[in-house]
Amino acid sequence: MQITTQRPAAERDPFVSAGQLLTGFVLLIATLGFLWWGFLLLRGSNELNHFFIAAFAIVWGVAGVGLLFLSLNRIVESFSDTVRRIVQPYVFVGPAALILIWFLVIPTIRTAYLSLLNSDSSTFVGLSNYGAVFTDPQMLESFRNNILWMVFGTFFCVALGLLIAVLADRSRFEPVAKATIFMPMAISFVGAAVIWRFVYYYQPPGQAQIGLQNAIITGLGLPPQTWIVNQPWNVFFLILILIWMQTGFAMVIFSAALKGVPEDLLEAGRIDGANERRIFFNIIVPYIRGTIITVTTTILIFTLKIFDVVIAMTGGQYGTEVIATQFYRQFFQNRNFGYGSAIAMVLMIAVIPVMIYNLRQAGKQEAF
Amino acid sequence: MTLAKPAPVTSRKPSMAPLNILLAVICFLWIVPTIGLLVSSFRDREAIRSSGWWTIFPHQEWIQVDQLQLTKGVALDKPVEVLPGVRFTDDQLRAGVILPDGRQATWSNRRQRSVAINTLQWTANLNFTTDNYKNVLGGQTYVIKTPDGSTRTEQGDDMLGAFLNTLTVAVPATVIPILIAAFAAYAFAWMKFPGRRLMFAGIIALLVVPLQAAMIPMLRDFLALQINGTFLAVWLAHTTFGLPLATYLLYNYISQLPRETLEAAFIDGASQFTIFTQLILPLSVPALASFAIFQFMWVWNDYLVSLIFLGGAPTVKVMTMRLADMIGTRGQDWHLLTAGGFITMIVPLVVFFSLQRYFVRGLLAGSVKG
Repeated sequence: MQITTQRPAAERDPFVSAGQLLTGFVLLIATLGFLWWGFLLLRGSNELNHFFIAAFAIVWGVAGVGLLFLSLNRIVESFSDTVRRIVQPYVFVGPAALILIWFLVIPTIRTAYLSLLNSDSSTFVGLSNYGAVFTDPQMLESFRNNILWMVFGTFFCVALGLLIAVLADRSRFEPVAKATIFMPMAISFVGAAVIWRFVYYYQPPGQAQIGLQNAIITGLGLPPQTWIVNQPWNVFFLILILIWMQTGFAMVIFSAALKGVPEDLLEAGRIDGANERRIFFNIIVPYIRGTIITVTTTILIFTLKIFDVVIAMTGGQYGTEVIATQFYRQFFQNRNFGYGSAIAMVLMIAVIPVMIYNLRQAGKQEAF
Repeated sequence: MTLAKPAPVTSRKPSMAPLNILLAVICFLWIVPTIGLLVSSFRDREAIRSSGWWTIFPHQEWIQVDQLQLTKGVALDKPVEVLPGVRFTDDQLRAGVILPDGRQATWSNRRQRSVAINTLQWTANLNFTTDNYKNVLGGQTYVIKTPDGSTRTEQGDDMLGAFLNTLTVAVPATVIPILIAAFAAYAFAWMKFPGRRLMFAGIIALLVVPLQAAMIPMLRDFLALQINGTFLAVWLAHTTFGLPLATYLLYNYISQLPRETLEAAFIDGASQFTIFTQLILPLSVPALASFAIFQFMWVWNDYLVSLIFLGGAPTVKVMTMRLADMIGTRGQDWHLLTAGGFITMIVPLVVFFSLQRYFVRGLLAGSVKG
């Protein structure tokens, strides 16, 4: 006997509910209208009242995106299960994919293409922009500075972060100490620039030194210095700002990792007569090696892309230029689009291997 | 018989006092620059210019108690008689010289040949003011009096307007990418569709793209859409730059949720949309909060994206731009710079101290962004 399975009517019928489809479309059109109206309003809105704009923008942006998902989903769910199962994932993924392709993938390809054209993008010049990137003395200075940032910035952030994490781990005052060290991470680089410009502030000899560093120096009987101007040391005084801000990041991650080192492992080492130094280098460091690599690569990427702090402290003057500030200068001051694009590409190519290494390591650990 | 006390567990660790002292020294060094900023923002213009902010703490200082008038026009090329039988050179009087009775003599007014007699006294400069904040927050002009009696009109820096602009940029630029990324992350984690692995790998690959690589063509598109210089452009930019990371992190979290919960809901006949909004989103709150705080702080503190996409119109400038402008035009006006700087930090510091746990988690997860 043959068994015929009776499929529910709902699955045979391409439209489950014409009514739902209709309301879905009405909602979609209303949403698009609302988005378009808000778009026009906001595009010409910069003169309106601040409070109003802020409130409207928040409602428009958030409600608009939410309604878009809701209406599209309503339309999709009015179809049969088979259709729905095929289409629904793309409704969920679609907006993200669309935005990323439009604003990230295609622009990056366009930048790569622009880097092969001349300054006003009218003639094809092959790889000559890249040739210029690696021979221009200003770019070479930027590369040198970026290497200084990467080497010294990363080393001191990691070393100090580890030291403070170990100290704090054994102290009763751990929460207070960690909050203190970590706090600069909450501050913007421009804000940090104000703080440190004030620390480094220079007054000619004989006047009251109101910058802390020069006050200490003159208190010791030495002449005041223009810290952020004097080459080559000024780069190191900028790097000090990064260390001040990022050590907290390293410390917090190391601190979490240290809590994971088994106590009996440390105890075994102590019973075997190892001193604290040997326990640190022979037990703790190997145990948290993966974390050290993650933190190091993360800060390396950060220092490769360093921009705000240099712009806010010196504007790239006095031999402090880095890759990202050169990019900005070529694009927005010299209007040299080909050259600027080539710099952006070089920056991306430099980031890729470090990032891949970083993601591999991070993948081995818990992300949250 | 007395019971021996059990040895403390920490006995093998180094003694605590040196450790705590070292830690305290490091913390002190870390916090001093910020305290300098905070203190200075409450001191008035002249006080900041004439003395370091640390003079608010009790310290010994030479304070004038008397004034001597020398003969008008007395020659200064050789030592002059300040007190009967006590002679000092011009240079000594410029630098300040100690008298036999321990007091100090310096020029009070060299041209008038008057000499100040000072004694060392304990003092603290405790004149604080909130005028700096008033002047920086407002956008109107205001009048200041200089010590010589003249008045000057200055333009306020409109930090309040910039604060609102930053808020307008930051809230949608945080919520929109999270919403979009959460839908995508759910689909990647729990739906089957052709191209799933390829699309997800593509999004992860986009993590390596630095802002700079996409910025310029993006800017051209915005110019073509005529939205450059509006908040819309900045939201789109922040949404784009935040999406790969948001999707990656939320995927990591959502894909780890227990399968049984979802299957139970499916059997009950719930639709994907219902499961996502009623079940997945509430369960993902820790991950959503962590990323939200990270993205919010990132946008709040961002300078480059706003600089490129918001342009130079004063009405839309965010706080970081406004503060960077102040560094450029008012590099010496520390009373305003410090107040402006502190205003930009208030919200991040409040978020930091109130939501420290989520904040740390978000930063750990999001540190490779940009």
